[in-house]
Amino acid sequence: MSSSALVEISDLHFAYDKRDVLKGINMAFPKGKLIAIMGLSGCGKTTLLRHVGGVLKPTKGHVKVDGQVIHELDQDGLYAMRRKMGMLFQFGALFTDMSVYDNVAFQMREHTDLPEELINDLVLMKLHAVGLRGTHDLMPSELSGGMARRVALARAVALDPMLIMYDEPFAGLDPISLTVVGELIRRLNDALGATSVVVTHDVQESLKIVDYVYFMANGVIVAEGTPDEIRASDRDFVHQFVHGEMDGPVPFHYPGKDFRQDLNLRA
Amino acid sequence: MSATGAIRNIGHRVINAVWRIGMASRFFVLTLVYSSSSFRRFHLVVKELFSTGVMSLIIIIVAGLFVGMVLGLQGYETLKRYGSESALGSLVALSLVRELGPVVAALLFASRAGSAMTAEIGLMKATEQISAMEMMAVNPIARIVAPRFWAGVISMPLLAALFSAVGVFGGYLVGVVQIGVDEGSFWSQMQAGVDFRDDILNGVIKSFVFGIVVTVIALFEGFDAPPTAEGVSGATTRTVVTSSLAILMLDFILTAIMFRGN
Repeated sequence: MSSSALVEISDLHFAYDKRDVLKGINMAFPKGKLIAIMGLSGCGKTTLLRHVGGVLKPTKGHVKVDGQVIHELDQDGLYAMRRKMGMLFQFGALFTDMSVYDNVAFQMREHTDLPEELINDLVLMKLHAVGLRGTHDLMPSELSGGMARRVALARAVALDPMLIMYDEPFAGLDPISLTVVGELIRRLNDALGATSVVVTHDVQESLKIVDYVYFMANGVIVAEGTPDEIRASDRDFVHQFVHGEMDGPVPFHYPGKDFRQDLNLRA
Repeated sequence: MSATGAIRNIGHRVINAVWRIGMASRFFVLTLVYSSSSFRRFHLVVKELFSTGVMSLIIIIVAGLFVGMVLGLQGYETLKRYGSESALGSLVALSLVRELGPVVAALLFASRAGSAMTAEIGLMKATEQISAMEMMAVNPIARIVAPRFWAGVISMPLLAALFSAVGVFGGYLVGVVQIGVDEGSFWSQMQAGVDFRDDILNGVIKSFVFGIVVTVIALFEGFDAPPTAEGVSGATTRTVVTSSLAILMLDFILTAIMFRGN
């Protein structure tokens, strides 16, 4: 694994109760790169992201971020590590009892002793970067889904994190918001010199912006490569996924009894 | 269901109840441990005082007034039989400061503020706001739970005191203004009959205890709610039911300790 990798995932196993969700994942996210983890719903991608954030502990293997094994950190160590991370949740997860401004200022007020004038400048700069400076005095309920996602993005990068994680950033967005959010993810990553991980099943949008893609299915990596390699892949699963075909290795029908048996017909 | 199945079911429910009490106790201790930031940044508590305390004022004042008026009417009718109408002031005040003030105010507080706290925290959990806070390295118990806890604990005795004060005024309106009990004896009997330490202070202690219990139940239920619409609605119902039963049971225990032999 590359020594310049910010995140190293080695032989990661995880089970909910007795159901194996991750079965030996190995990945490396090099510094400065934008990585996508794709796969069907329920394939373990969000679970993987939660291991990187230290929310879950692996049953075997480990995740190293900036040289430190995440699950071995105590609470103070984990919180110190999380201050260097930003995360965008699926539907933004903005604090609904605070204005847009207070949402973006939240971490600055919690973790720094910066004077309010400086916080004001920083918040407006972050909001300006996502094109929403004019919304600073609105409440989250007054924003559209795409705008809420962009405010959440401004909040995620409030403290200039070294690692930014995105959990389904494109879910439920209109085509314009989709392009805007995709473009912002790329631009913010490059402008901040950060490393970003995008967990998504939006193939077309993510292939446009990312540097490297991992495909997951049933808790293992089934394919990986650059966007061009993925587009050209002749592997059945990747082909079905990228082209959104109805039937293939992922079947249309949920497994069940023989149809004739269900209809009480004689064979 | 077979007998073994029924016994197993009862056992399962008992274990579950004990487990939840244990979890709630742990949650209470954690809330106390992480309370220091609430005092350092008291504006967070003040903000919650507004939504738990100030927003409960209307229901407390209106309910207090009517309870006092009913006490005035019922008390007068009963005392009249013994020719002791002049003791009406004492009866109204003692009923309110010892019992009805703390208990009814706490029941109203559980329904108004407790249910709102559970629903708010449950929805914060369902919309990943609590996970987001944890990912920002901010402890949700210190930032969300502790300020609400202290706001509940501070506002409950104040609301109960206000309930009693308005109730006394309601009793005065019915007893003195409407029925015509002598005003002088109404107030002087009250002054003579109500002891500061035995009656008022014990009432305040009761409402303080109810404040802790209702707020901890409401916050725990919200924090523990499954992150679904059904989960949050179930948790909100449990907050009102469990808090109400806890208030009534604790009221009996506290009354037995405080007023036995008086």
